[in-house]
Amino acid sequence: MKEERGRQKILVALRGEEVASRFDMAPEAWLGTYREGEGFTNEKTVVLPQASAENLCRLIVSEGVNTVVCGGIEQEYYDYLTWKKINVVDFVVGSLDEVKKRIASGTLKAGNILVKRAGESTDELSEE
Amino acid sequence: MSSAAGITIAGLYSDPVALGSVFDELPVAVVFISKEGRVVYQNRAAEVLTGYSSFEACGLACSHVLRSNICGGRCPVREDLGGEESVSEEGDIITRDRRRVPVRITFTRVRSPEGRCLGYAEIVEDLGDGGQRSDSPTHPFSVGDIIGRSPTMEKLFAMLPGIAQTDSSVLITGETGTGKDLLAEVIHKMSNRAKGPFVKINCGALPETLLESELFGHVKGAFTGATHNKPGRFRLAHNGTLFLTEIGDLPLSLQVKLLTFLDDHVIYPLGSGTGVRVNVRIIAATHRDLAAMVREGRFREDLLFRLNVVRLHVPPLREREGDVQLLMDHFLRAFSAKFGKRVSRFSSEARNVLLKYSYPGNVRELKNIVEYAVNICTGAFITLEHIPSYVVEAVQSQGKSDEEMASRSYGAIYEDVNLLKNRSESGQVKWEDLERRMILEALMKCGGRKSKAARMLGWGRATLWRKMKQYGITE
Repeated sequence: MKEERGRQKILVALRGEEVASRFDMAPEAWLGTYREGEGFTNEKTVVLPQASAENLCRLIVSEGVNTVVCGGIEQEYYDYLTWKKINVVDFVVGSLDEVKKRIASGTLKAGNILVKRAGESTDELSEE
Repeated sequence: MSSAAGITIAGLYSDPVALGSVFDELPVAVVFISKEGRVVYQNRAAEVLTGYSSFEACGLACSHVLRSNICGGRCPVREDLGGEESVSEEGDIITRDRRRVPVRITFTRVRSPEGRCLGYAEIVEDLGDGGQRSDSPTHPFSVGDIIGRSPTMEKLFAMLPGIAQTDSSVLITGETGTGKDLLAEVIHKMSNRAKGPFVKINCGALPETLLESELFGHVKGAFTGATHNKPGRFRLAHNGTLFLTEIGDLPLSLQVKLLTFLDDHVIYPLGSGTGVRVNVRIIAATHRDLAAMVREGRFREDLLFRLNVVRLHVPPLREREGDVQLLMDHFLRAFSAKFGKRVSRFSSEARNVLLKYSYPGNVRELKNIVEYAVNICTGAFITLEHIPSYVVEAVQSQGKSDEEMASRSYGAIYEDVNLLKNRSESGQVKWEDLERRMILEALMKCGGRKSKAARMLGWGRATLWRKMKQYGITE
């Protein structure tokens, strides 16, 4: 994601304060714009009428999002979003705060596990 | 972080036994979780299903590892199994390769000898074939999820049972979207290895160094960042089938390692001098012309011979006489049911257009077109306005005059290419440069319309898109 750090409109599929384990089961979504040097602006959390991959895709396209951060996502929705030239960072495990920190540092990658487990320090968070 | 390697079970035998030796060879996925719902152990079948190694999964919330639709709202663990000792739920999970797999999960309470509840065990059964998926009901002209009644497909279907029963390597060739992955899965499910894992890896999706570790595994300390042992896909596929898709993209150095495995069935994890014997059947697939790649020195001839023991070619949709209609009706029924709509048929104009279209993206493209049409159709039948406009335009422009124009343009491009080829004899021009130029000229002549340019070049739309990506040609 480092090369796209200029300005990005981001959506994170959420369940509570964490990235939802599945894209199609996210009851809410965080939206925000990140600009290098300025940080996050226009932040808002949208509660979806019901968790559904179709609803989320519609929201992503209508809001002009360039980067989607989510947990597990089915191939057809992944293909649809990437076809729409949207960068999908999937299989991310962690809180919204950790995701935002990674976006700001340009180090967020698909498969990142951003939660501390017993005996693990923040520096050791998985880079898988 | 504790790893499963050191965990033992005492009391079964005179000495404690390693947990992995009890659970790793089971054909069903088993995940042990704490009372708080965090994974404490998962067996090898669970690693295959979830895509997480035991090391990665330990300590994570179960919902993030299994990614099941049972998690959240109807997770029985949250209700302490309603006071029962065990509860079964059916649902689905999203695998690491982004497939939705129907499963049955049995949640069982794990107690201490004193009867204290310590956590739960989740036994996850892959319902795969048995589960009724909306897009794959039993069909009279089908084998597994593949549908067809054309002579070419019937010939292919007739070969499958015999091939499935052998343990020979299989090479599946065919254009993009023809169903090579489905065919590999069907062979696995028809074989004696059906109860074992079916592990898929895309050889073109990972850089060489990562791919090596992903395929063959690594030992702790093999390279910077190798903080734990990783079994690799070969070991995960033990007693099952390893499906290597896009085998044509496998780097030469790994082709040698694969060849070594095919010779002696022993793999050497990165950083380890000790070989591990695994019982794995290899099925490989590619859309590339491997023989041509051998001639160009990009694919090892001996590996091709090894993989080519059984070769299956999945024909493109345009060569499957009568199958377009069959598949159209099948997908229409499936998507109508899936989306809860009452779309029952195609209008004659829409049907004609769909029957005349050339489907460069093959069955996948047809499926997407019908899904789109069913999605936007509000009535009882699909008309021309529900068909994507690029399909209608492509069919309309398939007239004779257009063909003449196309052949003229195609000829003109190849004249240029021949001129360049003459130059190439002096060693100045590479084939890649010629191909790039061909693409650019075709696009220019078609005013940037990719479908038309692809037809002009004699390629599928997907092939043109892939090559444009390869040569960095942006829209």
